[in-house]
Amino acid sequence: MERPLTKNIHPGQEPLSLAEYEKAGGYRSLRKALAMPPQDIVALVKASNLRGRGGAGFPTGMKWGLVPQVGSVPQPRYFIVNADEMEPGAFKDRLLLEGDPNQIIEGIIVSAYAVQTEKAFIFLRREYFLAEKRLKKAIAEAYEKGYLGAGILGSGFNLDLRIHSSAGRYICGEETALINALEGKRAVPRAKPPFPLACGLWGRPTLVNNPETVANIPHIVNNGAEWFKALSACADGGTKIYGVSGRVNKPGAWELPMGTTIEELIEDHGGGMQKGYALRGIIPGGASTDFLLPKHLDVPMDFDSVAKAGSRMGTGTMTVLDDRTCPVGFVHNLEVFFSRESCGWCTPCREGLPWIEKILHAIENGRGESGDLSLLEQHCRLLGPGNTFCALAPGAVEPLQSALKYFREDFERHIREKKCTWK
Amino acid sequence: MITIYIDNKPYQVKPGQNLLQACLSLGFDLPYFCWHPALHAVGACRQCAVKQFKDERDTRGRIVMSCMTPVAEGMRISVDDAEAKAFRKGVIEWLMLNHPHDCPVCDEGGECHLQDMTVMTGHNERRTRFKKRTHRNQYLGPFINHEMNRCIQCYRCVRYYRDYAGGRDLNVFSAHDHVYFGRHEDGVLDSEFSGNLVEICPTGVFTDKTLKQHYARKWDLQTAPSICVHCGLGCNTIAGERYGTLRRIMNRYHHDVNGYFLCDRGRFGYEFVNSGKRIKQPMLSPSLSPSPQGRDASTSSPLAGEDRGEGDLQPFDKESVLGHVTGILSNSKGIIGIGSPRASLESNFALRSLVGPGNFYSGMSEPDHRLISLIIDIHQKGPARSPSLRDVRMADAIVVLGEDLTNTAPLLALSLRQAVRGREFEAAAKLNIPEWHDAGVRNAGRGARNPLFIATPAQTRLDDIAIKTCHAAPDDIARLGFAIAHELDPSAPAVRGLTEGTSSLAKEIAHSLKDAKRPLVIAGTSLFNEQIVQAAANIAAALCAGSTDAALCYTVPECNSMGLGIIGGRNLDEAFTVMDDGLADTVVILENDLYRRADAGKINAFLDRAKHVIVLDHISTRTALRADIVLPAGTFAESNGTLVNNEGRAQRFYQAFVPQGDIQGGWKWIHAIMVAAGRTTADAMQSLDSVTATMADAFPVLAPVKDIAPPADFRIKGSKVPRQPHRYSGRTSMHADVSVNEGKPREDADSPLAFSMEGSEEQPPAPLIARYWSPGWSSVQALNKYQQEVGGELRDNGSGKRLVQPDQHGKPAYFTADPAKASHAMDAAIVPAYQIFGSDELSNYSPAIEERAKAKKP
Amino acid sequence: MLTEEEKREITAELAHCEHKSAASIEALKVIQKRRGWVSDASIRDIAFLLDMTPAELDAVATFFNFIYRKPVGRHVIAVCDSIVCWSLGYDQLRELLQKSLGIGLGETTQDDRFTLLPASCLGACDRAPAMLVDEDLHGPVTPEMIDGILEKYR
Ligand SMILES: Cc1cc2nc3c(=O)[nH]c(=O)nc-3n(C[C@H](O)[C@H](O)[C@H](O)COP(=O)(O)O)c2cc1C
Ligand code: SF4
Ligand code: FES
Repeated sequence: MERPLTKNIHPGQEPLSLAEYEKAGGYRSLRKALAMPPQDIVALVKASNLRGRGGAGFPTGMKWGLVPQVGSVPQPRYFIVNADEMEPGAFKDRLLLEGDPNQIIEGIIVSAYAVQTEKAFIFLRREYFLAEKRLKKAIAEAYEKGYLGAGILGSGFNLDLRIHSSAGRYICGEETALINALEGKRAVPRAKPPFPLACGLWGRPTLVNNPETVANIPHIVNNGAEWFKALSACADGGTKIYGVSGRVNKPGAWELPMGTTIEELIEDHGGGMQKGYALRGIIPGGASTDFLLPKHLDVPMDFDSVAKAGSRMGTGTMTVLDDRTCPVGFVHNLEVFFSRESCGWCTPCREGLPWIEKILHAIENGRGESGDLSLLEQHCRLLGPGNTFCALAPGAVEPLQSALKYFREDFERHIREKKCTWK
Repeated sequence: MITIYIDNKPYQVKPGQNLLQACLSLGFDLPYFCWHPALHAVGACRQCAVKQFKDERDTRGRIVMSCMTPVAEGMRISVDDAEAKAFRKGVIEWLMLNHPHDCPVCDEGGECHLQDMTVMTGHNERRTRFKKRTHRNQYLGPFINHEMNRCIQCYRCVRYYRDYAGGRDLNVFSAHDHVYFGRHEDGVLDSEFSGNLVEICPTGVFTDKTLKQHYARKWDLQTAPSICVHCGLGCNTIAGERYGTLRRIMNRYHHDVNGYFLCDRGRFGYEFVNSGKRIKQPMLSPSLSPSPQGRDASTSSPLAGEDRGEGDLQPFDKESVLGHVTGILSNSKGIIGIGSPRASLESNFALRSLVGPGNFYSGMSEPDHRLISLIIDIHQKGPARSPSLRDVRMADAIVVLGEDLTNTAPLLALSLRQAVRGREFEAAAKLNIPEWHDAGVRNAGRGARNPLFIATPAQTRLDDIAIKTCHAAPDDIARLGFAIAHELDPSAPAVRGLTEGTSSLAKEIAHSLKDAKRPLVIAGTSLFNEQIVQAAANIAAALCAGSTDAALCYTVPECNSMGLGIIGGRNLDEAFTVMDDGLADTVVILENDLYRRADAGKINAFLDRAKHVIVLDHISTRTALRADIVLPAGTFAESNGTLVNNEGRAQRFYQAFVPQGDIQGGWKWIHAIMVAAGRTTADAMQSLDSVTATMADAFPVLAPVKDIAPPADFRIKGSKVPRQPHRYSGRTSMHADVSVNEGKPREDADSPLAFSMEGSEEQPPAPLIARYWSPGWSSVQALNKYQQEVGGELRDNGSGKRLVQPDQHGKPAYFTADPAKASHAMDAAIVPAYQIFGSDELSNYSPAIEERAKAKKP
Repeated sequence: MLTEEEKREITAELAHCEHKSAASIEALKVIQKRRGWVSDASIRDIAFLLDMTPAELDAVATFFNFIYRKPVGRHVIAVCDSIVCWSLGYDQLRELLQKSLGIGLGETTQDDRFTLLPASCLGACDRAPAMLVDEDLHGPVTPEMIDGILEKYR
């Protein structure tokens, strides 16, 4: 099985230097790309069925096609790689950023060429110090080699690439909040429309992609759309970096064909549940996704299949809930995170999430009341998509709404017995 | 107009607006917080949710924020939809989670938008059992009180203070449910427009600290429409009284003038009305009152005890004082009357009638008088139009010659901050971002600004938005102005000997103005420089010659400088000469402290020479101290009259309350004198309507003044317009310390307003709007209900009438530059430096303004 | 007062920004890296350098989790309290750290050596329970390892 994204990654070891990376076939795609008209690359990515790995699964080629044509708007335009990865349960971008920084950089250069932007940023979450160090080194090497800067490899294409290391806040992952943070402002999201593609960083067209999305680009350019589609076990092209965390024997992240089933991930790659623990549920793609149950083990982890099962693939990094962990406590922990990470801009999220958190805390600590569950359910409805300013709050209530559905008896018991029976 | 369907009924609405505006304009009661007609929409509070349906068959629909949704032909929405209603109720519930339940003791109660919206959405039961979050409050200076626990995080304060008014010391800190609105540390708010926070904040976080000193509920305030007296712009205000003291000033919306806002001098300067220095009774000097007969010993006078050299003025009863006045008038060898640019048209005109037109002096110093006359002349001849503040907000290229606007005409400065944003709207429009999408416009606009050029002797508070500033001596500023005009039209006189720098700046400015669709030239009187005024006229004329629709705006020093200029008369210096020459021995001074207008030596000599000095004023000025007779005049809050603002707009102010004792408006005193003197012309001064009618006969240009507001006999369905809200409390007991009988309310023969809570509940014509209130809307936001469309004109068009209309087809007659006066030596010029807090006469009597003036500059 | 070196480092960032204020977060981090935290005085000094007011800079500074507006110890321990670490022993790890350091969350040891802070997900879910000491990620941290880890930070 081919693992294009991780073939050069050896956890625990230093990543490849630029020279080693070149030797391993690196930067071939850039040379090839520079010889192609940019729109051909966009067409190729479209044909590859690559869907964004940032969580929403938006088709990347289609997104690139929406970048306004050069000449139709004032320059510059910007390309941002969203490496804020702060969703609880997600750690897959770290693997790529630390493990093969050159691949990310090559991906950025080729992508930037395809959409003709001359300025790119990697927006890196503050805690990824190791990734920052490695990326900085790789960028410096790339500049030295003429892969970055003016007149790349003798072409007329210029690209300036910088790293912005953040100062911590989950909301920075939301692309418009990210843009505000890059502008040195409070990282509060912006109203859409206008979308960043039309009016983003400094009011200019701005494309935002996830590092994993970007890492795929060189391989698509090198090997073509058909090859890429063939990597996958489903209609969406490519491999996917999946992860499993929680009470499994071998938590980790692995590159596998898109569409690998949940069961295979947990059993074959995660090493199965730890001894003495049974699986009660999973949140498949980070903290902001609905729970799935053991009965969903055969669901392939691709965007459409997971959606059909009632959740979202999100980041593709799943967290398991075992039978010795209190689901109420589990969900409460998630809501602690979300209410703390609310940016404070819109009312439902800023006020609603802390209320949810307090109710869950009360229930977990034996102070639940009879109306609490309906209050929680009401919040799940009121914090739905469209009602809040951005997708943070709707994401926050996804695990809650499904927990209320799947683990209702646990909630009721807490309230009835006035205690957490796991404690 | 396009058609939209709200709950399946078709409505015609204007395209280009958002759904919230449209719904409010149609009269729907849709709750909102973060949206404000002047700040537009950001979609933060989520309070304005409605249901939107794809088409007729769509029954599920989806919730959208009406403020962030553009109206579109054929769109179908529901305000009444159960889910939308539940969501709106939920939003209020969230906002109330941490909001104190102290409405009964909260100083916003009764005019609180949050309170209104809570009732509107039907949230009336607390379901949370958790502790409320609390915050620490800050000291923000003498104007604004801070009570953060009441905050509902609508972000309006920072959006107004920073984005609209350009203040940079108020902000939002922290994140999630800890967000905090305030300063980086305790301290005086730096913006000159901080007072608007009181009205912008939909709850009681930012409240009027001066009101707090003598608090009264909105429904307990007797209020009247008024005009600000603290500069020449004529912002519309609402003056509120309780128990005989003025309690606060609020904005009175005027679509074309001040819009939604006031400056801090205008809002907090009012306390001179309550000052201990007020003159409350008629007074006589001891030389005139050998016998204590008629002496009113019950009260002491602020004039008493001060060293007048010749003994204290003593309070006397009205009749005996009037007797003395008539005695003096009939025996004098010659009487001159000195008017005032801070007194109403009516009072000035009445004085002129009393002393005779030939003996009337404007009370302005020679340069002031000359400049004002020049400005009126320029405005009348045209061709440039005199812009309203609204026009200023729409200007797309501006040059300011000589004026430090934040200090000399504050709201004009605030208006310029809006004008320069035009470019941002254009950039946004290119990306199909509508004007009401505030954040979108700012992001797309990238801070692009319409060109603003400022040439002043020193730095100004507007320099941050200017694309170029130039600091030069007044004469050099004038030369620059003349040079710009010449650039625009070679037939305008040239200036010789320009420096390279000035010449290229002139070219650049000329170029910008020429490229603009609505160029604006601003100058004024604060530097006493005639050349600057003329240079500005030349620029405007040159633009008009090139067939551009140029506007020419002059700032003037006082609230009725223009009105007085129209009435005319001779200047103050000429009064000195007449007295010197012995042609007069008596002087009647109306609401004017001559010591502010000329050298003290000159004034002393003048007053020494006068045998009799009669002063009508409300405050014990140095001039009043020198009088033989002092009559207590009413302030703007205690009298009726008309003021003409810098653009030439006449506007009416109404008495807010009946002052104690004998205080009455200047023109009423003059009427009383005429009656006492048995003048046959007294009748013409009997009522406000008769004064304005007489005035119109004497000055055709003042004829429109008769029509700026309804006459005294105007009634709505037979009733007057009440100054007191219908929930006014304590009427039967508020004077119980004097008498348990409830007295009959004082009649008001001069206006259609009544000193009573009885009267018409209907919306009165714009000039008579004494407060904003509508069922369910008790805060200032009720204003929406008084406008034809939100943010638009008042239902019965704005108040006030333009007195000067330029002859737009007038041939420009250029002023010639006077190179003789030119000097390049900046350090040789001594120029007056105006201060918004400190330079104005009356507001200095307000303790809050005094304290603010002392606060150090950032 | 900022040192010349600090100023130079911040000014270098400005070269890459469309507006000076765009360097606000970088500038705050420069100072924090050298001084451990960002004092009110630093806020004023940095703001001045960036043509911002203290209020504008503080609005940004207080938004982000990892700009410390209060003094911290020489080493900052950020213990992840998010879902995976929570499931795999965050509570115990926190308690042991608290006991061993003698401080609560948000506090600094008497000798100014350590500050203990809770942190949102560190992106180390495969190494839960995890914690960050300064720039070093540790995980999975077992009770036995704690003393050894702390020992490394003098
Ligand atoms: C609250 C929130 C947090 C997000 N965090 C991330 C993130 O850490 N990384 C990421 O790539 N996308 C994140 N996203 C999604 C981005 O907004 C954006 O859709 C994505 O970066 C697009 O990349 P893609 O098209 O390559 O998937 C987040 C979205 C929301 C609403
Ligand atoms: S601008 Fe002038 S008229 Fe308007 S409120 Fe301020 S002081 Fe009054
Ligand atoms: S008024 Fe529409 S979201 Fe606040």
